[in-house]
Amino acid sequence: MAVNSTETMTINMGPQHPSTHGVLQLILELDGEIVQKATPHIGFLHRGIEKLSEHRTYHQVIPLTDRMDYLAPMSNNLGYVLAVEKLLGITDQIPERAQRVRVIMAELTRLKSHLVWLACHALDIGAMTVFLYCFREREHITDIYEKVSGARMTSNYFRVGGLSDDLPDGLEQDIRAFAESMPAHIDEYEGLLTGNKIWQKRTIGVGAITAEDAIDIGLTGPALRGSGVDWDLRRDNPYTGYEDYDFEVPVRTDCDTFARYKVRLDEMRQASRIILQALDKLKPGPILADCPKVVLPPKQDVVNTIEGLIHHFKIITEGFKPEAGEIFQSVEAPKGELGYYLVSDGSAHPYRMRVRPPSFINLQALPQMVEGRLLADVIAVIGTLDIVLGEIDR
Amino acid sequence: MSDQAIVEKLKGKFASEVVDVVEFRDETTVTVKKEKIVDICTFMRDELGYNLLCDLCGVDYMGQDPRFLVVYNMYNITTKQRFRIKAQVSEQDCCIDTVSTVWGTANWLERECWDLMGIEFTGHPDPRRILMPADWEGHPLRKDYPVQGPDREPYKGRLS
Repeated sequence: MAVNSTETMTINMGPQHPSTHGVLQLILELDGEIVQKATPHIGFLHRGIEKLSEHRTYHQVIPLTDRMDYLAPMSNNLGYVLAVEKLLGITDQIPERAQRVRVIMAELTRLKSHLVWLACHALDIGAMTVFLYCFREREHITDIYEKVSGARMTSNYFRVGGLSDDLPDGLEQDIRAFAESMPAHIDEYEGLLTGNKIWQKRTIGVGAITAEDAIDIGLTGPALRGSGVDWDLRRDNPYTGYEDYDFEVPVRTDCDTFARYKVRLDEMRQASRIILQALDKLKPGPILADCPKVVLPPKQDVVNTIEGLIHHFKIITEGFKPEAGEIFQSVEAPKGELGYYLVSDGSAHPYRMRVRPPSFINLQALPQMVEGRLLADVIAVIGTLDIVLGEIDR
Repeated sequence: MSDQAIVEKLKGKFASEVVDVVEFRDETTVTVKKEKIVDICTFMRDELGYNLLCDLCGVDYMGQDPRFLVVYNMYNITTKQRFRIKAQVSEQDCCIDTVSTVWGTANWLERECWDLMGIEFTGHPDPRRILMPADWEGHPLRKDYPVQGPDREPYKGRLS
């Protein structure tokens, strides 16, 4: 058979491929081992969350949100409840304790998400030990999740106006012990990877994207900060009291996979710092805003007082009706900017609930990051973009 | 620059295009006609620094005219400000020019908007469905599309 050097080969990667992090299908056109064209196919996990939301009350949407980015459920919950609170105009009535707990849980979620990212990213490109270490720490966070919400993944812990329940006794000490132990663990991961020649070969210079291209394609979060753009919503458009905390926003200018790796590791260190600060500032107090018409009353009021029972019954059966209008609220989720665009027509259901999913938009950068590079780099780039298909497909 | 100043600049440059300005919860929304949307978006990016297109989506106001609004949520990374522009799209002429030439982000977002809302983007480089299968009929996020899907009995239990 004659060898034709101009002929390319098309291969199919996914949707059942372990290193595509879910049901992502990539059609790759290869010239030898060089990727000439990459076409992502998504939608295998589309559940119509935006459509379903239009047929539920505002409270009933919260459990749908944590099924989007299932590796960082509380960040999704947080973005949504903040959006509803903004729509209702009760943002400034959220009690301090609820805000502090939200910050603690959001930062634990960041650690949780980044641990899965690091574990899978390292496993994909050949460093298996890190996977086991990261999942060991992640287990602690899922335990904390279980203690506050009863679920290890789909948390549904935040409520419009506050939290579903206060932290259980003794959990503050557990969280503190975990946050204090985290920097040493991160050093351990770094010890396995940062100076490792194989890791460096697989990441330095791989998947490079300039700051200008990154902004044009809409990259956000650590992927953008790895390209030298100093932008973090927690600092620049603070929400839920992030302005009270002292933390740094790690930025790297190398634009490659290694830079994004370093950014995320530094973010994990900062997340532990924020958790410890929030624990120091955490004082006893109410965990729900005093807005009986929209905020579900505490459970003890429901069973002990007639007003509590009536309000609970009315909010659960009818829902509340925000005035007509539209808002956009976004949070710095572990994967980037997670935005919620809510339109109300004055009824008890969202007229339109649109999610701006960070992974969906970050994945769009994949073709330009891998085209012209080796097939093996595709795996590294999927890992470094930190995508989760539940959020891409919704 | 305050939102008012931005609205004034927009009105100064595109006086006949701006239909409505609404302020709600400290967010300004400007509704424009669809014909010059590319010029307006280019102006927002180049003159006013809105270099990041956060989000693009459609909203279906069934029973009203124009039926659809295409919503552009944009962000200025230098001044950390948000701004929202909405363009009117009628049901009879259900198309609007693509802004994927202004922000690369718009490529997939417009594909999703076409897929789920059925708004066509003229000049789009890759006008395929993105979330639904390629042979799917209908656009699920439209208000006249049943939530249980086509050709199925509606759910009889309490949906709320």
